Order: sequence, then structure tokens, then C-alpha cells
Amino acid sequence: MTTDTADSAEAIEAVGIAPAADPGFLQRYGATVEYVLIPGAALVGALATFGVFVTLYGKNPLDLYFYMYQGAFGTWFSWQNTLTRAAPLILTALCTALPAQLGMVIIGGEGALLIGALTATSAALAMQWAPPLVVQIAMVIAGVIGGGLWITLSGALRQYRGVNETISSLLLVYIALAILNHLVEGVMRDPASLNKPSTREIGAANMIGTIPGTDVHWGLVFGLVAAIASYILIYHTTFGFAARMAGGNIRAAKIVGLSVGKLIMTICFLAGACAGLAGMIEVAAVQGRTNANLAAGYGFTGILVAFLSRQNPLAVIPVAILLGGISASGGLLQRRLGLPDASVLVLQGIIFVFVLASDALYGRIGFLKGKS
Amino acid sequence: MADASIGLWTVPLAVLGGAIRVSTPFLFVSLGECITERSGRINLGLEGTLVMGAMSAYGISYLTGSPWLGVLAAGVTGSLLGALHAGICSLPRVNDIAVGIALMLFGIGLAFFLGKPLIEPTAPRLPAIDFGWWSDIPQVRAALRINVLFLIGVAIAPILYWAFKTTRWGLLIRTAGESSDAARAMGHSVLLIRLRATMVGGFLAGIGGSFLSLFYPGSWNEGLSSGQGITAVALVIFARWDPLLCLWASLAFGGAAALGPALQSVGVTSGYHLFNAAPYILTLAIMIITCSPKRTLTGAPAELSITR
Repeated sequence: MTTDTADSAEAIEAVGIAPAADPGFLQRYGATVEYVLIPGAALVGALATFGVFVTLYGKNPLDLYFYMYQGAFGTWFSWQNTLTRAAPLILTALCTALPAQLGMVIIGGEGALLIGALTATSAALAMQWAPPLVVQIAMVIAGVIGGGLWITLSGALRQYRGVNETISSLLLVYIALAILNHLVEGVMRDPASLNKPSTREIGAANMIGTIPGTDVHWGLVFGLVAAIASYILIYHTTFGFAARMAGGNIRAAKIVGLSVGKLIMTICFLAGACAGLAGMIEVAAVQGRTNANLAAGYGFTGILVAFLSRQNPLAVIPVAILLGGISASGGLLQRRLGLPDASVLVLQGIIFVFVLASDALYGRIGFLKGKS
Repeated sequence: MADASIGLWTVPLAVLGGAIRVSTPFLFVSLGECITERSGRINLGLEGTLVMGAMSAYGISYLTGSPWLGVLAAGVTGSLLGALHAGICSLPRVNDIAVGIALMLFGIGLAFFLGKPLIEPTAPRLPAIDFGWWSDIPQVRAALRINVLFLIGVAIAPILYWAFKTTRWGLLIRTAGESSDAARAMGHSVLLIRLRATMVGGFLAGIGGSFLSLFYPGSWNEGLSSGQGITAVALVIFARWDPLLCLWASLAFGGAAALGPALQSVGVTSGYHLFNAAPYILTLAIMIITCSPKRTLTGAPAELSITR
């Protein structure tokens, strides 16, 4: 193909003009700049495209951008709304970003979130006699184990049966939803919940509450800690190095004696644990019980967050806040502009498409290679 | 009278009728995906295509009064989404699985956005052919009310099988799927072949969606498709990329999906949600049984990223 030859020609050229002399800023940090610049450009392109789309729908795009900013970051109130939504997004994004280090595409964060919510709720309901702190710790443990095992299932199927993990994790989302509905409308149903079948409430005392001085719940801190811990694990430990190596070249990893199966299982468990924790937080900080409201799509938006941050656990934090802002502005768009609530989904889809298409740009932007 | 006389037969009858009715979207999506995957690319976005197809078919049928125009519109929408998928995938260093996930979310979002005003009105539905005229048992008649789209789908499967085997186009698609180098050496553009294959695949998947909104369940709402598209993609793997096996697999899946409603109709409601998840559990079980970590699957196109 013509593109291939152009590629190799460029590669040769790049090798030719990359002398060790004068390591300028761009040569040293060109790659990092690229990682910020290209997704940023993709985001701008997606917003512009969405503006055109909204114009075709008969609305003023400038109003759109204004209300999006207002709804996401314009006021202290909207900031708090944004951060509240960012918390589960950080965690569900880690559910995709961690296995991506091994070259696996897991898109079942939504399923692990639901299972984590279920197990956490069960733990809380079973321990109503205990003091709140004990209940909360039990909920965290239950959510982590529930979600973790759910994604480990996908990892195990991939490792031991060769089942594609993308498809199996997505199928597990639908199975998780069915299990949730089955239990919520069956044995776990609170007889008092008539129109909207739900479990019994975990109790106001057992809710994890908000960070003092704000309306943002402690889930945000959980998310931040998980993201930073994941970053350290992946980039600053031998385990993370082994994982990235297996992701880069699985045969080489096997030759040097890495136990790839163990790596896959551990990473998948951690990934699912993050999403399960998100489910636990949604129960313990927002809903107070388990019902179908939990399937709000955080798991799917998390996939987008992971791809937009190029699977880097640290970059997940700002991207999740950005995407949380977009979803927080949905309500304002609905009220002020009369756009359907699905407009946030459309924008997310457009962003996703642009971000993936922008993958083609890496290593191709002239001035970042210090050509002059 | 009739009710009492058939008694327990209600369930298998409803499953049979359901297999015919529910399998149609599975059938169209899996045949479409079969074409796309044979050309060496996987389109996970067909879930979004299915929902977009359902929405556009319902909208066009409502606006024009002709359900068949709706079916056509669904197909065209599907092939546009297919072209988008193929276009992005033809850029260097772009992962087709990720693009599929993106288009799945995009398609669903766009369908919900544009379909908002379509939830209320009723559009003309597709007609059904009454194959049960000989019987006076209502359940039998209900089971044998068959939609023309199903028959078209059943006809496409052997045609596709034949086309893959004997026609020039079938050979080209298979070459692109087995070895892009070979196709290139023959002087064909692999990207162009895959573009066409993905567009045809999207066309069929869109039609599968039109069946959902215009025949069964026969209305447009946001919960219309829950994973049928992705199940159908998995089904292609199970069917070993063989259109004829896709047909049988779709029927089996349709039957599994009809189990929940069938049991509900005779009063078994306790495990309703679990029975509704039967197709997903079945897919997973079949993939567990048939896949192996040791070898690639027989019949798998060598260029397919999902088997590498």
C-alpha cells in the first residue's frame, strides 16, 4: 500500500535526522506533547462536529457551548455535579485501562459495576447490626471481590479457553443486568418498593457521605487513590513492568519466564475490582440501595475515558472529570436548549470516533519531530 | 377448548414461533457480520447499526406510510455506518475492535437522539404471511405468522454460501480475509474490498434492525435491542464464518430468546429475567465449549484481529 511505503520512508528520514546533539524541548518531550495535543485536537474536532449537528437540529451552537460550559464547570454547583459523576468514571475507566496494558480490550465495566453494587448491598444488608464503619469496610471488600471476580471470569476465559475477552465481557454485562433484575425483583426485593423494584435501603448511617464543605461524596477520593495506585503499579513496579512487557510481546514474555496467566488474572481482578468499587460507591453514596437505576452507562462512558486518556491511569483523572462535565451538562442542555437527553450520548460517540481516528496522527506531525 | 387440548404444548410451540420471529435480527446481523469478517475485519459496531436501523426504519415508515421504504432506509443507514467504520479503519494504526465499540456507542446515542419523537406515534408495520391457515388452534396460527424478511434472510444464507464458494466476489473477499498481501499482489485494493464488505454487512444489519421496530416487537423504544447485535457477532464465531451455520445458529438463539416470554405466557414468571438472558448465557457457553487457547479456530479468516 502507498501508506506503508510513506510510513517506512518517514521512518528512515526520522532515523536520519535524529542526532543526539541539541536535545531541544520538542525532541525530549515531543511524545508527551503529542499525547496531549492529538487527543485535545480530536476533542475540539468532535465538539465542532457536534456543533454542526446541533445547528442542523435547529439550535444555536454558541448557546450549546455556553450551556455546556455552564453546566459542567461554570459554577461551584456544576463543578460539584461534575466531580460527583467523575468518581465512578475514573473507576470504570480503570477497568478498561488496566487490562489494556496487557493488550486486552475489556468493555464489561458496566457488568462489574452492577455486580459490585449487588455484592456491596448484600454485605450491608447482612450486617445491619454492625457499626457503620465496619459495614462500610465490608461493603468495599464485597464490591471489590464481586466486581473483581466478574472481570476475572473474562480473563480466565481468554487465558484458558481462548474466548475473545471483548465479546465475553460485553455478554457478561447483559448477564449481570439480568442477575440484578432477577434478584431485585425477587428475593432481595423490598416489599415497599412498588413502582421501582429495589432492594431494602442500606441505612442512612451506613452511607459514606460527602467531603466536608462540599456536596461531592467520598467516592471521588476512592477514584483518585485507585488511579494513582494503578499508575504506580503499572509504571513503577516490577509487576507493572512485567504486565506491560506481556502486552507488548507475549512470546518474549513467555520466553523470559513470566507467568502470563497469573498476570492476566491479577490485572483482570484489579480492573474488575475498580468497577466493582464504582458500583459500591454508587450504592453507598448516591442511591442507598440497588435497583435498575445503577445501569446508568458509567461503565460504557468509562471505556471512552480509557481510550481518550490512552490507557494511562493518571491521565484517566482529568479525562474523567471532562467527560463527567459533559454528562453533567446534559440536564442544562435539556432544559435550556430543548435537546433530548441522548445528546450527551451522541457527543460521546462523536468524541470516541474522533479520538480513534486521531490515532493515525501519532508520529506524523512535522514540528513535533524537530525536523527543521 | 383449544387451549386446554394443547396444554403443555404451548411452550414448545411458542418457542418455535419465537425462534422464527426472534431469530430474524440475529440472522441478518450474523450474515452481514459474516461478510465483513470474511474480508478480514470485525465490526463490533453492528449493535449500534441494529438500533439505528430500527429507528430509521420506524421513522421512514411513519413518515411515508410504507414499511418497505423503511426497510430500505434502515439498510442505507446501516451501510453508511459501515462505510464510516471502514473509512476510519483504513487509516493507519487504527484498531478495528475499538472503532466498533465507538460506533456501537455512537449509533445507539444517535438513534436515541433522533428517535425521541418516534416513541409516541405508531408506524405502519410489515405484513406477515399466514402459514398457519390450515390449523384452527390460535397458538399454531400465531407461531406460523411469518414475516417476509425472515424468508428473505433464509434465502440469503445459501446464496451467500454459494457466492463465497464460487463467485469472483466471494473469492476476492476471502482472499482479502486470508492474506491481504495476496490480494494486493493480485492488484486489488484490500481497503476497497473491506469497505464494500463492511457496507454490505451494515446494510444487512440495518435491515435486521428494521425487523425489530416494524414487526417484532414492532415499536420503537430505547430498550428495543439489548445486545442482539453483539450476540450475533459472537454467533458468527460460533458458526465458523459459514453462512449456512449462521442460519441454524440464529434459529437456535431465537428459540433461546423466546423461552422467557413463552414460559411467562404459561404462568412461569419467577425466573423471567434469567430466561431473558438465555441467549447471552448460551453464546458464552458455546464460545467456552468451542474455543481453544491452543489453536486458532478452523475456518477463521487469517487476517481477523479477533483470532490473532
